[in-house]
Amino acid sequence: MKYVFRMEDLECAHCAAKMEREISKLDGVISVNVSFLAQKMTLECDEENKPDIFSKAKAICKRIEPDCVLVER
Amino acid sequence: MKRKQKKLLIRIGISAALFIAAVIISETLDVKIWLSLAMFFLPYFISGYDVILSALRNIVRGQIFDENFLMCIATVGAFAIGEYPEAVFVMLFYQIGELFQSIAVGKSRRSISALMDIKPDQARVLRNGQEITVSPDEVGIGEAVIVRAGEKIPLDGTVISGTSELNCMALTGESAPKYIEKGMTVTGGCINLSGILKIEVSSKYEDSTVSRILELVENAASVKSKTDKLITRFARYYTPFVVISAFLLVLIPTLITGDFADWLGRALVFLVISCPCALVISVPLSYFGGIGAASKKGILVKGALYLEALAEAETVVFDKTGTLTKGVFEVSEVKCFDNEEKLFAVAAALEANSNHPVAKAVYEYSSSKACVNPKLSEITENAGYGVVGLLEGKKYFAGNIRLLNEFKIKTEEIKSDLAVVYVGSEDGLIGYFVVKDELKDSSREAIKALKSLGISQTVMLSGDREECVSEIAKKLSLDKAVGELMPDSKIAELEKIICGARKGKKVVYVGDGINDAPVISRADVGISMGALGSDAAIEAADVVLMDDNPQKVAEAIGLAKKTKRIVIENIVFALGVKLAFMVLGAMNIAGLWLAVFADVGVSVIAILNAMRTLKQ
Repeated sequence: MKYVFRMEDLECAHCAAKMEREISKLDGVISVNVSFLAQKMTLECDEENKPDIFSKAKAICKRIEPDCVLVER
Repeated sequence: MKRKQKKLLIRIGISAALFIAAVIISETLDVKIWLSLAMFFLPYFISGYDVILSALRNIVRGQIFDENFLMCIATVGAFAIGEYPEAVFVMLFYQIGELFQSIAVGKSRRSISALMDIKPDQARVLRNGQEITVSPDEVGIGEAVIVRAGEKIPLDGTVISGTSELNCMALTGESAPKYIEKGMTVTGGCINLSGILKIEVSSKYEDSTVSRILELVENAASVKSKTDKLITRFARYYTPFVVISAFLLVLIPTLITGDFADWLGRALVFLVISCPCALVISVPLSYFGGIGAASKKGILVKGALYLEALAEAETVVFDKTGTLTKGVFEVSEVKCFDNEEKLFAVAAALEANSNHPVAKAVYEYSSSKACVNPKLSEITENAGYGVVGLLEGKKYFAGNIRLLNEFKIKTEEIKSDLAVVYVGSEDGLIGYFVVKDELKDSSREAIKALKSLGISQTVMLSGDREECVSEIAKKLSLDKAVGELMPDSKIAELEKIICGARKGKKVVYVGDGINDAPVISRADVGISMGALGSDAAIEAADVVLMDDNPQKVAEAIGLAKKTKRIVIENIVFALGVKLAFMVLGAMNIAGLWLAVFADVGVSVIAILNAMRTLKQ
């Protein structure tokens, strides 16, 4: 299942690439795509670890760009 | 401008004013060094406190080589060697660049969504005789909606009453209005120019053309180009490389000459230009703009990757029917050797069982002429041959020359670029129908345009007879045409072409998606045209043309080439300037002033250049 997040206040292209790289290394993540221009993240992951992966992904984004807020839709 | 951007602008303004004051004061009055430091530190802090903060935060988290951190070292270093105005200027200018970047990116994000302004906001639905305004996704299939002049058609459907002209510019890029009357189908997103239309809705909003297009364009941003990935990877090594060079530039000469301050000054130049931002932003921005410009013309590209591949196109392969020809078949000539009554009756009875467009044309023609309706049994259709059936113990057939050969009936073959359907029985030929499918008016122009774009090979694949195919190929001046292909041998033929392509060059296949979805998905870049109705075609294709004009293929390739040129310009320009400044900085020719000017300037120019793709 693919989940789409809106990334509010994602301002730095470089950071988007960094987020994508780090999130892709998380256990259980099948694929992840951070689009700087669309301000959107598409995340595909294991169903059972979903909450854990989501919170880790959010933490990574927060660490790399503190102003950026992830909103699931 | 957003609140965040306004805040930054105010900070830059205050900081710039204080900076100018500080420069004037320190130039005219003989101030103490600590006072001068304080005077310059104030504007520095006002403009750059968030940079310093995030740098500190990132160090705690172990993220060095972060652009904020590098900016801090560069400016603190400048303070340390007594270059106060330089330090402030670097920070100030860096922030101006950031502000500009965020405005420019915001602007292009908005202009791309403006291009896709096809989403209907409301629908006037008729319920219990009353007109109610609701959101389009609340309207069900079969309900009737009213569209007044100047309004957007909310959903796909069929016109129940009213005549009008539609502007479908936002959907197809076609500026000429389209005449619409009762019984015709319309797509949501078109604008009603005159008259009141009553439309019966044929699909729910989430399955409508508009929402499919929007979804497609939205997803396009996620498919990154190869160049984009390459630059992102390059950026990971670029920054550490520059920082280590800066470090060595201080360390080695200082050990030899002992002049630490001079070499530190030179090394700071390196740090200022160490951010690869210009590249990292401009590549995806260019492709994003290119995709946006394409969608404005009714060319939907599913991602930067495909736009990039289109620019490398060397061979363009076309399907014939419905792609280069109109796909509307009409019987243009009938020849009868026997009883005419019998010819029409048998033809109608047999061809009624086939879905082939040529067979349908024959059926329609002959069924209108036939007076009797013979019942044939054991009717079978052989794809690529025709239809065979049993009547009064005798085998009758309607089909092409191949079928005729199977019945071992000799006849003079008709040489023409038109399809011929022979009708006969075991005893011999009864007659034949010549069915024509006209070339599209735009096909010749399309092939010419492709040639002038440097496409070295244009090919047509078709299931039709060899003569018919080569006749069309001559008319259009195609390089190659292969006929008599069964649906599965089309893929094999395409694969042959792909194998023969030069390395790095792409093969594009253009079809109408009705029966060639597998071929579309096999090509390097698959284009389906006029495919608004067919889900399979949209699914399989990398590029979807909203109408069925083959010239759009050339337009798409032209756009892709221009986008690619802009991307290359940006890469060469940004890397060239940065490299030049490393050399000039190391030789102590370019100071910090120039370096920050160059760094921010490169970003700004690269972004402005990238935004040109939008205006193609």
